[in-house]
This record gives sequence, C-alpha cells and structure tokens, in this order.
Amino acid sequence: MADVNRGNRPLSPHLTIYRPQLTSMTSIFTRITGNAVIVAALLIVWWFAALAAGPDAFATANGFITSWFGDIIMFLSMAAIWYHLLFGLRHLIWDSGRMLAVDKSETFGMAAIIVAVMLTIFTAIVI
Amino acid sequence: MAYLTDRKRASGMGAAHTGTDHHWKMIVTSVALLVLIPVFVFTFGAALGSDYETALAYYARPWPSAIAALTIAVSFYHFRKGVQTLIEDYVHGFAGKVCLIAAICISYAAAAIGILAVVRLAL
Repeated sequence: MADVNRGNRPLSPHLTIYRPQLTSMTSIFTRITGNAVIVAALLIVWWFAALAAGPDAFATANGFITSWFGDIIMFLSMAAIWYHLLFGLRHLIWDSGRMLAVDKSETFGMAAIIVAVMLTIFTAIVI
Repeated sequence: MAYLTDRKRASGMGAAHTGTDHHWKMIVTSVALLVLIPVFVFTFGAALGSDYETALAYYARPWPSAIAALTIAVSFYHFRKGVQTLIEDYVHGFAGKVCLIAAICISYAAAAIGILAVVRLAL
C-alpha cells in the first residue's frame, strides 16, 4: 500500500528553506549552463549543415551567428561551456571520493569561477 | 530467471531499473568532452567568421573535421542523457514523457545532421 498517504506527507527541506551557499549555487548553475548550451549547439549544427549545403545557406547561417545577436549568444554560451566543463570536472573529482570537505569544495568553487571567467575572456580575445 | 535470488535481481538496479548505467555513461562522455571541447572550441573558433571558401577548405582537412564529428556525436549524447535528468526532475507524468521523447529526438536528429554535414565537408 504505497499510495496510502500520497501528497500529505511531511517534506524534507528544499531550496526555499536553505540559505544559498557557494556549493549549492554552483551546482544549480552547472545544470542551467549544461542545458542552456543546447542553443549554441543547435546553432553550430546549423552552421555546419549550411556550410555543407552551399554559399547561400552559409551566408544566412554565418550571418546570423556572427551578427550582434549571435555574438551575444555565442559569448554567453562560451562562458556557460567553460563553467560547465570546470564544474563537471569537479563532479568527476567528487565522484572519485576526493575533495568532499566543505572548505576544499568552496575553495575549488571560487577558483573554478575565476578560471571560467578568465577562459571566457581569453577565448573571446583569441576567437 | 527462476534460479536468480531476489537479492541478485535487485542488485545494482535501483528505482530506475537500469542501475548505475546512466551515471556511468555521463562519466565516460564527460571525460571525453573534457578533451574534445577545448580542442573543438579553438578549431571551430578559427573557422567561425571566415568566408565560405576558407571555411570549406578548413573543414576539408581531416583533423578539424574529425574533432567536429566526434564533438557533435559525444556532446549530443551527453546532452540527451543530461536533459533526461532535468526533465525527470521537473516535468512529471504524460508531459514528462512528451518532453523526454522530444528532447531525445532533437538530440539524435541534430547529431545526425551535424555529422552528415561534417562528413560531406571532409570527403
């Protein structure tokens, strides 16, 4: 009888209860950035398909992606990709049972944010 | 099946009935992407913004096109698995199934279109 008291059970504390912390916020942003990158991924696929299709299609796709609007999307996606990559690396380290102490996690979190910003600026300058 | 004990049938499976399979695939693809993404960012970045002929010649070379094809394949598989977690957390019931099917179809369709395009450019 698993459904006896469905919907009326006490709930464990969730986002609205906890004070925002560096570890929880960086984890939430890992999810947001990872899924948001789909926009840039689809634009890049469009760019490749257009390049394979011919000059007219390429002009349309390339024109959109390198327009000011496309530039904003690509720049934000770049930041999201570097962020997601670094914090994905952190999840890999966590999964191996390392760096689970709160102070180490917070140090890595701050360091990864700084590195993500630096990588984004570096990429924007190089590309 | 009749010869398996309950303990053996449950072992490693959990609520999703697939055990640690999802998590393991995310680990494998994320390690692959740890290498692929930086290489792709700078090879694709070199081609983005150039004119049609230059971009065409650039992706006719084997190295940039191999990186692009691999990155498209692995990243869309990674997305397909990752977005499944997102949908399962926030969208439930029938709507959840619709979202999941749409997300999976978009992932594989985009990956197929991207890879076909890269193959056509490279050959």
